[in-house]
Amino acid sequence: MDRQRILIVEDSPTMRQLLVFALRRLKDVEVVEASDGMDGLRKLSSDHFDLALVDINMPVMDGLKLISLIRGDAKLAGLRIAVITTEGAEEDRRRALELGADEYLTKPIQANRVLEVARSLLKQG
Amino acid sequence: MSDDQASLLSSGEDFVHLFKKGAEFTKDLLRENERLRRELAAIRERQESAARNPEDWDKLRQELLSRIQSLEQEYASMRQRLEEVEGENHVFAERYIEVEEENNNLANLYVASYQLHSTLDLSEVLKIIIEIVINLVGAEIFAIYEVDPNNGELRVAASEGVGPEALPRCSVGEGPIGEILLGSDPVCIPQAGAEELSQPLVCIPLCIENRPIGAIAIFRLLQQKGDFSALDHELFSMLGGHAATAIFASKLYSQSERKLNTIQGFIDLLTR
Repeated sequence: MDRQRILIVEDSPTMRQLLVFALRRLKDVEVVEASDGMDGLRKLSSDHFDLALVDINMPVMDGLKLISLIRGDAKLAGLRIAVITTEGAEEDRRRALELGADEYLTKPIQANRVLEVARSLLKQG
Repeated sequence: MSDDQASLLSSGEDFVHLFKKGAEFTKDLLRENERLRRELAAIRERQESAARNPEDWDKLRQELLSRIQSLEQEYASMRQRLEEVEGENHVFAERYIEVEEENNNLANLYVASYQLHSTLDLSEVLKIIIEIVINLVGAEIFAIYEVDPNNGELRVAASEGVGPEALPRCSVGEGPIGEILLGSDPVCIPQAGAEELSQPLVCIPLCIENRPIGAIAIFRLLQQKGDFSALDHELFSMLGGHAATAIFASKLYSQSERKLNTIQGFIDLLTR
């Protein structure tokens, strides 16, 4: 089976490193990092990814804009998206899910929850 | 490798060892099952031949009764062993969950301390402290104070969710934050009002060799953040030491850079 690929789109290096640490426990998965929405979009356009973990509040291009661009691109139709954000209000969650996110996680993150969501979206046991 | 990591690794190996033992036990059971099948088939064959002779029949009956007794004993012993293994398995499964949680907590602490010491630029250090307090602790409104060594006043070095002007002014030994700075341990004040900026929910003194150089004061948590966990308290202690060292080191570095530039300027002037 080919390695599955996850893109972390997050401006905080601390969060990126934490997510990389958590996702290390997944089998046959490659994790790539992007520091903002624009960087994320560039990487999504040039390489194949199975899952994107996207923060909402980011410089250059925020997460919601990125999600709407991904969902508007037919080439990225198979990409699963999980939002990881500090925004815990129900309306923020609804908005992200309406734009096309598959999961919505709030910070502070629990590594086990991130793993559980990633496994489920990647359809790993 | 730290003692904690070595302990985690050892626990992981124990767990794998238990699973191997479980697999061997299952294989033994399958072999035993196969042996019993063969014996049953042989007994059936003898039973059929003995049915023709009453003496043989009685002998066979005695043999079968003794065999049943021995099998019942074996069954009871196997059942007891299975219960023991299931009990062990349960204990190890619980231990595995604890180890996983501990592993996650250690990863968080490792990442936080790694990031704090990844730069000697003060503004970067402050940015990293802000990232840690938002992303790992789950704070919405907080401030990083630094102590003015000349008069002991606390100055807001960075804040999140509120401007510095809205934050309480205080000095070491005075006011809710200043008083906490007299001790070196983080203090949680659960009764502090959510909208109250004069009284922090948590105050983490930043100390170098028991001398306060600043503080992190958290005034409000993110709405989804629940009670403080054991990890939060570990983070507060870690920040108290490592954030203080990182701030102190970055200031020293900046001072030494300035001095070096001045000396270099003099040397250039003299050698020109």
